[in-house]
Amino acid sequence: MARRKTVFVDSDILVIGGGMAGCGATYESRYWGRDLKVVCVEKANIERSGAVAQGLYAINCYMGMQWGENQPEDHVRYARNDLMGLVREDLGYDIARHVDATVHKFEEWGLPIMRDPKTGRYQREGKWQIMIHGESYKPIVAEAARKAATQVYNRIMVTHLLMDKTKPNRVAGAVGFNVRTGDFHVFRAKAVIVSAGGASHIFKPRAAGEGMGRTWYAPWSSASAYALPILVGAKMTQMENRIVLTRFKDGYGPVGAYFLHLKTYTQNAYGEDYEAKWRDSIKALVGDYVDRHPVPTCLRNHAFLEEVKAGGGPIRMVTKEAFQDPHKETVGWENFLGMTIGQAVVWASQNIDPKHINPELTTSEPYVMGSHATCSGAWASGPEDYAPAEYQWGYNRMMTVEGLFGAGDTIGGTAHKFSSGSFTEGRIAGKAAVNYVNDLGSEQPQYNDAECEDLRKAIFQPLENYKLGRVEIVAGTVSPSYLLPLHGLQRLEKIMDEYVGGISSHYTTNEPMLTRGLELLGMLKEDMAHLGAEDLHQLQRAWELHHRVLASECVTQHTMFRQETRWPGYYYRADHPKLDDADWHCFTLSQYDRDSGKWAMEKAPVYHIVD
Amino acid sequence: MPTFVYMTRCDGCGYCVDICPSDIMHIDTTYRRAYNIEPNMCWECYSCVKSCPQHAIDCRGYSDFAPMGHSVRALREEEKGTISWKIKFRDGREKNFVSPIRTTPWGSIKSPSDYAAPSQAAFKAQELAHEPEALNIGKLPALTPDRLKQGVV
Repeated sequence: MARRKTVFVDSDILVIGGGMAGCGATYESRYWGRDLKVVCVEKANIERSGAVAQGLYAINCYMGMQWGENQPEDHVRYARNDLMGLVREDLGYDIARHVDATVHKFEEWGLPIMRDPKTGRYQREGKWQIMIHGESYKPIVAEAARKAATQVYNRIMVTHLLMDKTKPNRVAGAVGFNVRTGDFHVFRAKAVIVSAGGASHIFKPRAAGEGMGRTWYAPWSSASAYALPILVGAKMTQMENRIVLTRFKDGYGPVGAYFLHLKTYTQNAYGEDYEAKWRDSIKALVGDYVDRHPVPTCLRNHAFLEEVKAGGGPIRMVTKEAFQDPHKETVGWENFLGMTIGQAVVWASQNIDPKHINPELTTSEPYVMGSHATCSGAWASGPEDYAPAEYQWGYNRMMTVEGLFGAGDTIGGTAHKFSSGSFTEGRIAGKAAVNYVNDLGSEQPQYNDAECEDLRKAIFQPLENYKLGRVEIVAGTVSPSYLLPLHGLQRLEKIMDEYVGGISSHYTTNEPMLTRGLELLGMLKEDMAHLGAEDLHQLQRAWELHHRVLASECVTQHTMFRQETRWPGYYYRADHPKLDDADWHCFTLSQYDRDSGKWAMEKAPVYHIVD
Repeated sequence: MPTFVYMTRCDGCGYCVDICPSDIMHIDTTYRRAYNIEPNMCWECYSCVKSCPQHAIDCRGYSDFAPMGHSVRALREEEKGTISWKIKFRDGREKNFVSPIRTTPWGSIKSPSDYAAPSQAAFKAQELAHEPEALNIGKLPALTPDRLKQGVV
């Protein structure tokens, strides 16, 4: 095979991942950096990439300040309440105060936002959600990013960040490969914004055959949001705060519009309201948090799980009444067609018409991400105008690595951003990165050539492993020398499921289980050197797996460190079954040392808006 | 419902290969037509279905939990600005839906550099692009540092 090409790309600002957050970062970087070179790199095609690839039916983060509907403080309290007291309120407020401007731009660009015919305001689905016809939400937002970028590189999988050889703890760029041509790409940049995806497929999904693709979060969200910063020593926070979703069975169709707009409700197999029944047992675990409004997502999950364990399943959504109204029936179906087509397929295949049958619900396997009702991600510097000193060491949304910014799933502590908040956080990071680059002046970070060459070898090694190993065996997938990416993925999912609180243990773990999980993850990490990739597509899968494994190790370390059960319904520490505000009303932080492979854990304070 | 491709309709144009977020629509080298190489990594996002000029791509619900005989078809018409859906149940019932997808012409979004350049003072202020105007409330809200305090609430 001819020696593969190396493509060098210089930029001022490098945006990694062209989903909602990455498009926001690209757009804002251009607004403030008129003469800067802004490059956006995407693993797929930004026209349809990220979690919003198939569309959305609602924008879940909109204040409505112009109509006096909500203020940013209200959203901070809502997110804090839902996450059992622990969010970065400084970052959350920052997103909330800007998010309305983002949504107004979306509408101006051509996103159809539904209006309430009586008031003329955006049609509310709930207190924070507005309804949209969002089939083309991502193509519209991608158009804005393409107009802004100096260049968009599609089909490039970024595998590692590059560090500066002239100044320790400063980023200098990134490397990756083109999944179509196999070219090696070296991106040199003054500032890097990581806006990649969170993590599906680190815990074993409920369907293990063809259906493993029908996860709640996109299967292409492969934890790059975390692995890239972790590897260069950026501090991470709340990585134990995985999320479990209560959704329609098998398709994971969303329930928000059903609860909020269609006014449907749940009941157990015998037609009983089961949630009230478990209130006292929840109170014994978490105290007064159960009395807050709305009841935190994890606690509602907990009641669901207890009811199923007690034999009250299947739990169903009562749709028969609402669906008699043709308008509501249309909303119910279009809700899926706009964002979870797979649920419509499941219902069609099983003859489930919600007008006549109340559909079943289930709880998903856990996911790790930073933009929904959960807030795993990197520890970032807060807004310059009000963030407490401990939350501020430079530029807004800069991680603990100089010049390294983040947005969307990447940034920890900022739950309930969703699509609009992720785009908004991208904008915040974009402006901050422009300021950073302007302050840097002509000083150009320099990566280390030897390190770059080592990474080039490492990136393509799975192709070599396969080529050598394949000739040892007649045919098939079983080799004594290499592991296919799918083999590694399924081993990872089994370890995480059994030892770190997945579906098979009812989301329950303890210190001995986590210890054993880490031992097995350690062996998997060693085996990763023997991944075999048949072609460039499998090479992409190999590197997605690398990212997932590192993020999983981080999740396990954090789960071990937090000796309490803060979010029952997301996961349980059986050896520390109760919420413990005296010792754990804090953030957990980790820092990975790639030379030793060791994790340093610490606590960080939580600051609340007091009035 | 992982996607599959009808042999007689596909002409090998590669639109689906270009768009698939999961990188699983590839061209078969023997038939020079597209197929789904990894159904268990298909999210059923329909990006390929919508992009296919020949309407050659369809879906069959995941074998793990979807009984056969159903269909969910999509027709995305950019120039009309609509997406149309036809749902067929296993027992033959049908449901049809049409939704708008965009209110402005494709390609009409302005580059951020087509707006007036921000002042020097704006760089270190908290307002983002198009603010405060785009907020429709006159002024960007702000906190003061004294409002953030440690403790349990």
